[in-house]
Amino acid sequence: METVELTSALAGSQQSLAELNQESGVRASKCYQCGKCTAGCPVAFAMDKTPREIMRLVQLGLIDEALQSHTIWLCAGCVTCSTRCPREVDIARVMETLRIMARRKGIVAEKKIDLFHSIFLKSVERFGRVYELGLVLQNNLQGLQPFKDVDLGPAMLLKGKIALLPHSIKDNGEVKKIFANVRKRGGKV
Amino acid sequence: MKRVGVFVCHCGTNIAASVDCAQVAQNAQNFPGVAYATDYKYMCSEPGQELIKKAIKEHKLDRIVVASCSPRMHEPTFRRCIEGAGLNGYMLEMANIREHCSWVHPDDKERATQKSTELARMAVAKVLNNTPLEKSQIPVTKRALVIGGGIAGIQAAIDIANAGHKVDIVEKEPSIGGKMAQIDKTFPTLDCSACILTPKMVEAANHPNITLITYSEVEKVEGYVGNFDVTIRKKARSVDMNKCTGCGLCSEKCPSRVPSEFEMGMTTRKSIYTPFPQAIPNKPVIDRENCRYFKLGKCKVCERVCPAGAIDYTQEDELVTERYGAIVVATGFDLFDYSVYGEYGYGKYPDVITGLHFERLINASGPTMGKIKRPSDGKEPKNVVFIKCVGSRDEAKGKAYCSKTCCMYTAKHATLVREKIKDSNVYVFYMDVRTPGKGYEEFYTRTTDQYGAIYIRGRVSKIYQKGEKLIVKGADTLLGKQVEVEADMVVLATAMVAQPDAAKLAQMIGISYDQDNFYTEAHPKLAPVETHTAGVYLAGACQGPKDIPESVAQASGAAAKVCALLSKDEMATEPIISQVNEAICAGCGMCIPICPYKALELKTIQERVQGKTIERKVASVNSGLCQGCGACTVACRSSALNLKHFTNEQILAEVDALCL
Amino acid sequence: MKYAYYPGCSLSSTGIEYDLSTRAVAKALGIDLWEIPEWNCCGSSSAHLTDHLLALALPARNMAIAEAEGLDVVIPCAACYVRSKAVEVEVKESPEMQKTISEVIEREYTGKAKARALLDVFANDLDLNNVSALVNKPLQDLKVACYYGCLLVRPTKLGFDDAEDPQSMDKLMQALGGTPVQWSFKTECCGASRSLDKTQVGLTMIERILSAAKEAGADCIATACPLCMSNLDMRQGQAGAKSGQTYNLPVFYFTELMGLALGLNPQELGVNKHFVDTSAVVKKVVEGKGRRETA
Repeated sequence: METVELTSALAGSQQSLAELNQESGVRASKCYQCGKCTAGCPVAFAMDKTPREIMRLVQLGLIDEALQSHTIWLCAGCVTCSTRCPREVDIARVMETLRIMARRKGIVAEKKIDLFHSIFLKSVERFGRVYELGLVLQNNLQGLQPFKDVDLGPAMLLKGKIALLPHSIKDNGEVKKIFANVRKRGGKV
Repeated sequence: MKRVGVFVCHCGTNIAASVDCAQVAQNAQNFPGVAYATDYKYMCSEPGQELIKKAIKEHKLDRIVVASCSPRMHEPTFRRCIEGAGLNGYMLEMANIREHCSWVHPDDKERATQKSTELARMAVAKVLNNTPLEKSQIPVTKRALVIGGGIAGIQAAIDIANAGHKVDIVEKEPSIGGKMAQIDKTFPTLDCSACILTPKMVEAANHPNITLITYSEVEKVEGYVGNFDVTIRKKARSVDMNKCTGCGLCSEKCPSRVPSEFEMGMTTRKSIYTPFPQAIPNKPVIDRENCRYFKLGKCKVCERVCPAGAIDYTQEDELVTERYGAIVVATGFDLFDYSVYGEYGYGKYPDVITGLHFERLINASGPTMGKIKRPSDGKEPKNVVFIKCVGSRDEAKGKAYCSKTCCMYTAKHATLVREKIKDSNVYVFYMDVRTPGKGYEEFYTRTTDQYGAIYIRGRVSKIYQKGEKLIVKGADTLLGKQVEVEADMVVLATAMVAQPDAAKLAQMIGISYDQDNFYTEAHPKLAPVETHTAGVYLAGACQGPKDIPESVAQASGAAAKVCALLSKDEMATEPIISQVNEAICAGCGMCIPICPYKALELKTIQERVQGKTIERKVASVNSGLCQGCGACTVACRSSALNLKHFTNEQILAEVDALCL
Repeated sequence: MKYAYYPGCSLSSTGIEYDLSTRAVAKALGIDLWEIPEWNCCGSSSAHLTDHLLALALPARNMAIAEAEGLDVVIPCAACYVRSKAVEVEVKESPEMQKTISEVIEREYTGKAKARALLDVFANDLDLNNVSALVNKPLQDLKVACYYGCLLVRPTKLGFDDAEDPQSMDKLMQALGGTPVQWSFKTECCGASRSLDKTQVGLTMIERILSAAKEAGADCIATACPLCMSNLDMRQGQAGAKSGQTYNLPVFYFTELMGLALGLNPQELGVNKHFVDTSAVVKKVVEGKGRRETA
């Protein structure tokens, strides 16, 4: 485990930290590292860095390490951390902002998780709604797990819980326009 | 010929960093009436004061303006200084170019300098209208009131009484003793709390100069320093204190049981009761809210069994008004109600308790005779978890501040569990361990080292019941992992907060309190036992969270201040009081109800008008009572009332200097 | 009572029982649901984790359509609810954001139309005494573990019930003649989409909830979110296989239990479409003795 040179870490990450602060609206200096977020996080058992450690990395300017973590992808967005934080730091918001930033920079530690969300949004853009069967199939295929959850498939179909064909909404292209407008304003979707 | 001297202080860099002091002095030289102006680095210092005295002699100055800090800091200093040079102390004005200028405008030197010049100009205009004033004297009542009979109140009373003055202690509970009576052992010596408290309680009770007024509350405070008129409500005990022998038969036979406040609700007391065995006075009171006679008109067992015939159901509250020269407020603290924490069970889990509950459990005269038992099933716990900072350092759900005592009493509790339950496992969840007192660090080290308590750095996110156990979900930030403990009992170190009626009492007395309802001291560093209200002093946790040694020290400090006040038969009062221009006064009496100090009244004067002698009424100011608040001068319709040293002419001169 | 109805994507597929039972119960209670025409996906968590503006714009379109009709929007799915609520609050608090959103969706939305969770409307807008009066198949003291999940109660600014010990579903179940169990996992996260994209992690989180419900003595779990339902019902078998336990714990949408208690046809509620067999519970309620005096 290498030594961390603190002054250069902070100096080199000023821009990223400003970006994070601006987009999340969270001041990392408020955090006093008590660990209550980690203590209550339901996914912490699977994370490489605990939520508190992510806040610590941000505080010290070691933002790349935070962006490279699996933690930010595993976070389930349950907001338990922010709800119980005694200093009212919105850790959940920091997690999701780091995720957005990581994606923008092409740093994706959990590719399958990112994949799921991309396919989801592509479906929304195309049909206006999520075509669940398509989502699951594409997710499995592109995730190189073609037979994942295959035991559940027939049951779903028989119970009428999954549509074979996608349903496109008749919105005069409004949803497509929404995506286009967001892209025009710099959104990477 | 009026000759003003202007002295501009740099105050090191406090003023000079934002204001060009030399420039201000130079500008002042051109003000009308100014005969001499200069600047200096530290005007309040000895050389600074010498500078002023020398200038007064050399330049024949008869009135002085010092442009420096707030008059709250050094007005007395400069008054004494110019008195030393032969001038009357009230021929001084201070222009506050620090708190009102340099400290609020650090970034614009040019404009700050301009503002300081204007402030000095105003002060010069005012001082040109000053006249010499002399202080007067008022009598001092040599009697002190201590509100609160806990350890701080008791100590203050004993010290004041030993100095030879009479003291009354007013205590709202039936007995004196306060929170210390509920504590088992005290850190860092593990002295038995009752053993060190009760001798002081007895000393206070037996002291010829001390009167205990228990089961009573302050209802009204009027007057001012040296002469406070305090109305006390002595609540009806329903027991004749002169007849009662304290035998306790009434409590023994009383059929009505209610949860005991002293035992934190973990056991019951009777409706006629003394709160604890060493209570002083050791005579019971009837809790009329729960007593069967008062609620239902039945019972009367206590009256029947009392051998001294001391029960008196007809007793009523008594209101008495007494005069005191000084008041010491020592009303103590309360504990934060942790039931706001849903993640800790909203107060529903019986085996999640507070530190004070724990004190009662380990106390030999407590509900379990000193055995540590789970409130739920009475079993001895094996795994005990302590959680610190519950409600402290928590701006989201509790208080932002640190409660100061919890680190030490938690270490104490951890030590006692390890001592009493040999095969116990003790875990303490902490964010920091604060051990600032004498012997405190050693005590904490012993807790972990010798007594084997395991300290885990991290907060607890959730406690939930799983069968008989309590699952504590925390984090060990030093290890970087989520941790879990299967606990038998969880003790929460809850925040020390102000008493629920703290704000009400403060308003009654007329003292300041902060956003957490702790009483505000006159200066956080240099006047920790005084308030901004002359004659009222503070002692103990009502001023802020603190431990027993600090409370006792503060109490003695407050007592010393009281003794200084009461050591004089008279005290000087400021001559900054109202005066009546009888020629203009119409005698309408409008000013009389306005005065908060009842210092105005109408008197009859004789005058010669058009050759005849007539009598008419005019207002009259009692110079002893008037506190110079100025309210009457505003109310007076004919401007007959004027406040000396702040006359309408003086104030308008300042306004003209600024605006014209 | 009339509301705009926003079913969301899941309710026409994996969450079909939720849609069926909601419509049936609303009809029985006399609540008029106007389905937002050509509604679009709210973006759920995916938009939220990709772009903040997109995440607000997608639900804003649906809210705008409802606002034009002058209606508040009732939303069964917890994720759709919190996303819609987020844009309502954002638009109300920031005139700048209101302008931006209106430009992006090319419709006007001022926040006047409120996002309401279905559970909130049924438990709090209705007089539960009236609901009790309509019950003709009380739940026979069925021990229900009310599982709220995350997004109905957190973040607290957008949630409608207490984040640690919510009571709305519990009250509702009681009014229907059921016995809500005391348990500490009401709002513990089920893992959401972790069960899809990192299944082993998701299954651990699902296991915890199923075990806790079982330990609390529950006969069944009631839920208010299609993803929670999917995790606890569809994947109960997988979770059991991982932990070596059989739970046999049927999971219902709270609206299905409402429908059963109101005496509606179980098939019309969708109770036969579950993965974990519901027939025992359904039989108990349907064949149970008549009306009970409920408080």
